Amino acid sequence: MQQLREIWRTFRRRPMGIVGALMLFSVVFVAIFAPWLAPYDPDVKIDIDPEDLLAPPDVEHLLGRDDAGKDVLSQLIYGARVSLTVGFVASFMSMFIGTTVGLIAGYIGGRIGNALMRLTDFLLVIPDLPLMLVIISIWGRGLWKIIFVIGMLGWTYNARLVRSQVLSIRERQFVLRARAIGAGSLRIILRHIFPQVLPLILAQAVLSVSGAIIAESSLSFLGLGDPTLVSWGMMLNFAFERAISRMAWWFLLPPGFAIVWVSVGLIMMGTTLEEIVNPRLRTHHLFDPRHMVALIAGVRPRAEAEGAME
Amino acid sequence: MAILEVRNLSVNYLTDEGTALRAVEGVSFSLEQGRSLGLVGESGCGKTTAMLGILRLLPAEGRIVSGEVVYDGVDLLHVSESEMREYRWGRISIVFQGAMNALNPVRRVGDQIVEAIMLHESVDKRTARGRVDELLGMVGITSERASQYPHQYSGGMRQRAMIAMALACTPNILIADEPTTALDVMIQAQILDLLQKLQKELDLCIVLVTHDLGVVAEICDDVLVMYGGKTAEYASADIIYNESLHPYTQRLLEAFPDVENPASTLASIPGYPPPLDALPPGCRFEPRCHRRKDICAVKSPPLLAVNSGHYVACHPDKGRLNGATNR
Repeated sequence: MQQLREIWRTFRRRPMGIVGALMLFSVVFVAIFAPWLAPYDPDVKIDIDPEDLLAPPDVEHLLGRDDAGKDVLSQLIYGARVSLTVGFVASFMSMFIGTTVGLIAGYIGGRIGNALMRLTDFLLVIPDLPLMLVIISIWGRGLWKIIFVIGMLGWTYNARLVRSQVLSIRERQFVLRARAIGAGSLRIILRHIFPQVLPLILAQAVLSVSGAIIAESSLSFLGLGDPTLVSWGMMLNFAFERAISRMAWWFLLPPGFAIVWVSVGLIMMGTTLEEIVNPRLRTHHLFDPRHMVALIAGVRPRAEAEGAME
Repeated sequence: MAILEVRNLSVNYLTDEGTALRAVEGVSFSLEQGRSLGLVGESGCGKTTAMLGILRLLPAEGRIVSGEVVYDGVDLLHVSESEMREYRWGRISIVFQGAMNALNPVRRVGDQIVEAIMLHESVDKRTARGRVDELLGMVGITSERASQYPHQYSGGMRQRAMIAMALACTPNILIADEPTTALDVMIQAQILDLLQKLQKELDLCIVLVTHDLGVVAEICDDVLVMYGGKTAEYASADIIYNESLHPYTQRLLEAFPDVENPASTLASIPGYPPPLDALPPGCRFEPRCHRRKDICAVKSPPLLAVNSGHYVACHPDKGRLNGATNR
C-alpha cells in the first residue's frame, strides 16, 4: 500500500500519465453511464425511412445514422461497454495466468520452471491474431469465448517479466530470512515476493488492456465478433462492408477514433506507470540533459550570450 | 548436556563443471545451554556456510556431505523439511550478516515479527502484537515504530529489530552472523551489550560469527577459529587469548591493536586465505604460516586434543604440544 501511494505521488506529476488516465476514465465514464448518455437505444430502428439509411450527421443525430437507420453516436457509446469489458476481463485473466506462471517458474525454477518457460516461449512466438482467428472460427463466436481466447493467449510477456523480477528478488536477503523463520515456499511467494512484483504487474496490466481491446476490435472487424453485441470493431466491420462505398465517413471514423483514443490513453498511462516501477527503465535524474544544469535566474547561458555578441 | 552438538560437518559447493568445492570440512563443536561460542576467521573461511548448513539454508549449489547436527538428541540433517521448519526460528534463530537488509522493504516491521510468531505458535494476532511490542521494547524500539516500514528505521534500529525478531519465538540458540558489521562503533557497542544482556536474561546460547576478536573476548565462552573451511583451533576464550597454539590464531591476535601500546605497528598475515578451487595439499594455512615445516606442505594436520577442551590442528613441534593425543 505504501508502495502504491508512492507510485501515485510520482505518477500525478507526469503529464503524460495524467492525460492518459483522463482519456481512459472518460471512456469508463461513458461506458458506465451509457443508458443516460446515449440519445437513443442503439438497437431500436427509430423510423425506417429510406432517407434515414446512412443519413449524414444533423442536430438530432450528431454522428449520423448507419445503414439500418440507427443512431451512430448511441452505438458508439454502448460499444464502449463491450470494448472495456473485453479489455479488462481478458487482461485480468492474462495477468493472473502470467503472474502465476512467472512466480512459479522464477521461484521454484528447476524442471518445472523450465517446462513453464518453454511453454511460454512456444506461445510467445506464435502470432496471436491468426491463432485467435482459427480458434474462434472453430469454437464459435461469443463475447466470453473471445475474452477467454484473448486472455489465454496474452499472458506470455507478463510471465517472462514476472519471472525475471522474481529471479532477482529471490536472491535478496529477506527471502532467505523468510525461510529461516520457517516459512514455506507458498507463503514466501505470496507474502514476500508477490508484493514486490505487484506494481510492475499493475503497470503491465494497464498496457495489456489496450492490447486486449485492439485484439477484440481486430477479431470483430474481421467478422468474428459476438454477433449479438455491437462493439467498436463490429461497427468498423459494418462500416467497411456497407458504408464506405457511400462515403459515409460518419459511420467509419468514430469507432476507429474511439479505439485509438482508449488505446492511446491506456498506453500513455501504462508507459508512465512502467517507467515509474520498472527498475530497468528508471534512469538517474542526472541523465536527463534538461536537468543537468540549472539556469541561474537572470543569467543567460554563456553560449547563448556569446552568440548574441557576434 | 550439550543442547547442540555439531559433529564433523562438511559442506561442498558444486560448480557448474561438476567439481565440488570443499567449503567446510569436518567442523565440530558443542554448545551448552546458556554458553556462547565465537566463530572467528577471515572472510571466506566457511563460517557463514557452516551456520547455514546447520539450519539447512544453504543455496541450491550447497551440499552437506557428511556430519551430524544434533539438537536435543535429534539429528537435524535427517528430519523432513516440514519438521525442519519448526526448528528454524522456533529453536534456532539466525541474525544474518548485514541483517539490515533482511527485512522485507514493503511490509511493516511489526507485521514481519508477527508473521514469525504466528508461524510457530498458535496465538491470535492480538497476542502476537502485544508480544511484538514487548520484543521491540527489549531492544529499545518504541512500540509505535512497529507500524513503520524498514526504510523508516536507521541501520542500527533495523539490526535491533532483526534481533527482536530472532527472539520472537524464544529460541534456545541464536546464531548472530556478524551482527555488527556495517555499523559504527557506538551502535556496535549497543548491539553487543544488548546481546549480552539478552543472553543472561533468557539463558540463550549465542553463536557469534565475527572477524572481531575483541567482540569475541567480551561475549564468548568458547572460541572456534576456522581457516580455509577447517577448524584451526577450538578452546575456551581464556585459552585462546592466553595460551593459543595454532600459528593462525596467534597471528590473528597479533593483528589486533593493543590498548596498552597503541603506537605499536599491527602485524598482518601476508597473503590471502586459499581459494576453494586451489586448496593446498597439506595444511591449509601452510603457505602463509611463519612456522611451517616440511611436513606441513604434504600432510594436513589432524585435530589434536591438547588438554581437555583445547583442540588444535597443527603438526606438533618437538616440545610444543606435548602430550597431545589424536582426537
